Formats: sequence, structure tokens, C-alpha cells
Amino acid sequence: MKEYNLDDSYITDITEESALSTKDIQVFYGDNHAIFDANLVFPRFKITSLIGASGSGKSTFLRCLNRMNDKIAKVDGKILYRNVDINAPKTNVYEVRKHIGMVFQRPNPFAKSIRDNITFALKNNGVKDKEELNQRLETSLKEAALWDEVKDNLDKSALALSGGQQQRLCIARSIAMRPDILLLDEPASALDPISTSKIEETLKKLSEQYTIIIVTHNLQQASRISDYTAFFHLGHIVEYNKTVKVFTNPKMKATDDYVSGNFG
Amino acid sequence: MNAKKVDKIANVVIYTIVALVVILLLAILGYILFNGVPDISWHFLTSAAQSFSSGGGIRDQLFNSLYLLVLTIIVSLPIGLGAGIYLSEYASDNWFTDLIRTSVEVLSSLPSVVVGLFGYLLFVIKLNLGFSILSGAIALTFFNLPLLTRNIEESLRGVPNLQREAGMSLGLSNWKTTTKIVLPAALPGILTGLILSAGRIFGEAAALIYTAGQSAPTVDYGNWNIFSSTSFLNPMRPAETLAVHIWKVNTESVTPDAHLISSASSAVLIIVILIFNLGARFLGNKLYKKITATK
Ligand SMILES: Nc1ncnc2c1ncn2[C@@H]1O[C@H](COP(=O)(O)OP(=O)(O)OP(=O)(O)O)[C@@H](O)[C@H]1O
Ligand SMILES: [Mg+2]
Repeated sequence: MKEYNLDDSYITDITEESALSTKDIQVFYGDNHAIFDANLVFPRFKITSLIGASGSGKSTFLRCLNRMNDKIAKVDGKILYRNVDINAPKTNVYEVRKHIGMVFQRPNPFAKSIRDNITFALKNNGVKDKEELNQRLETSLKEAALWDEVKDNLDKSALALSGGQQQRLCIARSIAMRPDILLLDEPASALDPISTSKIEETLKKLSEQYTIIIVTHNLQQASRISDYTAFFHLGHIVEYNKTVKVFTNPKMKATDDYVSGNFG
Repeated sequence: MNAKKVDKIANVVIYTIVALVVILLLAILGYILFNGVPDISWHFLTSAAQSFSSGGGIRDQLFNSLYLLVLTIIVSLPIGLGAGIYLSEYASDNWFTDLIRTSVEVLSSLPSVVVGLFGYLLFVIKLNLGFSILSGAIALTFFNLPLLTRNIEESLRGVPNLQREAGMSLGLSNWKTTTKIVLPAALPGILTGLILSAGRIFGEAAALIYTAGQSAPTVDYGNWNIFSSTSFLNPMRPAETLAVHIWKVNTESVTPDAHLISSASSAVLIIVILIFNLGARFLGNKLYKKITATK
């Protein structure tokens, strides 16, 4: 693998309103230092892609943002959400995760009906009104572009759906909680091109109301859907800029090599 | 020798061994059923056992076995669930949980007669519970708990971690995720394990001889007062079970038809356990299909 100076980086200043920002995030798996000094500002109502080679720390970083690394890794630094450091030990992590939802690489619907998949967490958060539950069920399935395909089978098991449908169901499940921010870790990597483009359209539409941060290995996907892109290498954020700039006019040698396929 | 030949020989050897095992099992089963089933009659199932004359039945023993089974499950299921959930969902891997796992393993390989004698000394004598259904149920709990705990833990572990992460990412607490998402998904496995353990409980004799006792006093099946000493539900009365009855009839009975009674009782025992086993499969499959929606 080529050697790059990892202390050198180009991080653009974000002038737009910030939805979430990280300050000097360090992550340790035991002795393994996996993320070094991550400083990023995620603009509101934009899609930000995290790209980089396998093992560069994209998932690790993403999972810090809604405290999914608790108990798995040690995370130092600050994560500011609405001027509160949600990485502080006394933060109510359950509350954080209601505001910052997550969709995973492999679809993971619950072994319940489609309806219950969406309403289960809502009910547990005190939404009892039938009208409102149905309303949320319908809107979130529509937002995730799944409604037309399942509206006649809402009480069927979610496990009977196809992989692409399951993944959109998982997106619907997350947005039913009305989060501010949606984190997605390679949500389309296990899907065929048609399902993938459906999910991309969905995300594009969702970005009108949500701030979206997505990990992807698919560079075309990143350039198609995202407004900003961060490039990770060996746990360092090497470059962060508007997506067009990262892909057409990268400032760092490593980024240039990666997006032009001369990496490694 | 070439690979093909080796494969062929291995196949023959393996099939022979499997066939031997199957034949042996079928022979035992067949022998018991063949000898016992002709003597099973409604009268046999519904009349009391006789000590000296022939024509006795197994009504009380059959009921005692079932009652003891129900009590044992009522006692052991909550404990097994608690321990299984703790081990699979909450415990971190350290010396303490290693110690628990090792103890569970040791306990599961304890001979049941040792469990019985322990129960005799502690519950029957020390705690003054006497020969009683309660003492028997506690001894059977000791006997049953290790495998039940293990089964529940394994079933829970079998649920993919992604399910837990899904629950967590929606802001659900660990407890909610465990009880409402992981546990239902593990239910088919847990149920199968529970019913199989019911089979083992039903057939257990050694652990009961010195705890539930070897006598079946006449009880009144119309008396629903649990505290009355003649009630069939009274947990403080001694209760000979079917398996103990078989052992006793074979060792010290003076009834002229002892041989017939033990054959027929064995057949009944085997049939009940077969029903448990087949039922476990059926229910487990059905539940699994219902949960995963595969048809
Ligand atoms: N649960 C874990 N325990 C220990 N080390 C881990 C764990 N998860 C990730 N790591 C380590 O952290 C580093 C970054 O991994 P991470 O999964 O964040 O990479 P990634 O960029 O998401 O890769 P991929 O594109 O393959 O998903 C790797 O060196 C990996 O070995
Ligand atoms: Mg990853």
C-alpha cells in the first residue's frame, strides 16, 4: 500500500447550519486505535457520504454518532448535537437514539408483522392513539417508498419481504420515530441495482426533512446522492469537502488516488 | 487407495453404524410397546394400584407424574429463563460468568440418584418437607435446571445480533429489546427444549425415590382444596410417580400380575414421552414458521 502523510488533511469549513458535529473523536478497540482526531461538521438537511477503503473506520465512526459503540469501544472526544455533548457519560443514550436513527448494512426487520415493525418502538415510547399509529405507519412507509408494495399486506410477516423491501422497511422503521438525523451504514450493499436506485431516490427525498449520513463503498452512489463527502484512510479523515470537489478536484493525493482507482 | 474408494468405504461404515443405532433403538421401543400395549386398557389407566391382588391400575401414578411435571416446570422455568437471559444478554465474559457456566455444566452431569439423595437430606429431612410432591419438584428442578438454562441461553444466542442492534437503534432499553424482540424470536427453540426436558422429567425415577416417596396414598379427585391432606392437589403428600412405580413393581411387588403391570406402565411412559417429543417438533416448527412467515 502507498504511504501517505496521515497528519495532513483538508477539512472544509461548513458555513451552513450544523446538525451534528464531532470534536477530536478518538476510538479505541482495546489497544487498537481505530479513529484519530475526527473533526467533522454535518450540515443540516444535507446528505454526507463517508467513503474509504475497507477497515478505514467508517462504520466505527458512524456508530459513535448515536452511541452504538457503547460497551464495544472506548470513544473519547465530543459530539455536539443541539449544543449538547451527547458523548458525555451522563447522556441518556436512549433519548439520543430516538433523535439519531440508524439503518444497517444487512436488513434487520423484527420477526413481526410489517405493521408491528413500524409501530413497536412508537408504542414503547408512549404513542398509544390508534389513529396516530396508523398515520405514522402510512407516512413513514410512504416516505420510504414502500407503501404501495405493502399496503394490502400490513399484517404479513416482515420476513416474507424481499431484501430490498426489508431494507426500505428498516428505513421506514427509523423515520417513524421522526428522528432529526439518519445514519446509514452501506444500506444498499446487499441489494440489486433496482432496489438500490429506489433507496437512493428515497434518501434524496428524505434529505428535505432529515440530515443524512451514509457510509458507502459505491463511489458513484456517493457522487450521485450526497452533498458532502468525507474520505477516511486508516482511521484518519483525510479530506472533507463538497462532493463535487472531492470527486473532480481532490485536494489530497490519497483522495485523488482513491477516487480515481489508483489506490493501494 | 484413491479418493473415490475411500469415500465409498467411509460411507458404508457410517451407514452401518447408523443402521445399528437405529435398529437398536427401534428394537427397544418395539419390545416395550409390543409387550405393554396389549395390556393397556381404560380400566388400567383409571383404577388405583393394588398391593396384593391383581387387576390394579396406574391412575394415581399417572396423575402424580403429570402433576409433578407441571409443578417442576412452574418452579424451574422462571429460574431457567432468568439465568438464560442473564448469561446470554447481560453477562460479560469474565471469570464470574465462566464460573457460572462451569457450575451449570457440572450440575448437568450429576447423576440423578445423587440429586435425589441430596434432596432427601436437605428437603425431606433438614427442612422437614417429608416425602412430598414439593420435595420431588425441587429435586427435579435441580435435575432439570442445568439443561434448561443451557437450552434457553443457546436459543437466545441464536438470535442474530442485528436484531438487538435494531432495537437499540430505536432507543429501546436493553430489557425491552430482550423481552420483546429477542425472546419472541428465540421462542421456538426455547419451547422445543422445554418440552424435551418435560420428557426427561416425566421419565425420571432415581431423583424421586427418596424425595417424592414411593407410596401413592388414596386421594380424592373431587377435593380441590390444596391444603387438605386428602386433596389430589396437596403438594405436601407423598406421591409415587409412574417411573418410580415401574421400578418398585419390578423390585419388590407381591402382586401376581406385577410383570404385566410393569410392561403396560412402561409402554404408557414411553407413549407419553413420544407424544412430548413429537409435540415439541410440531409446535416448534409451527411457531418457527409463524414467526418467519415461511410456508
Ligand atoms: N467490534 C470490533 N472489535 C474490535 N475491532 C474492531 C471492531 N470493529 C471494527 N474494528 C476494527 O476497527 C477498524 C475499523 O473498522 P471499521 O469496521 O470501522 O471499518 P470500515 O471502514 O467500516 O470497513 P468496511 O468498509 O469493511 O465496513 C478495523 O481495523 C477493525 O479491525
Ligand atoms: Mg463498515
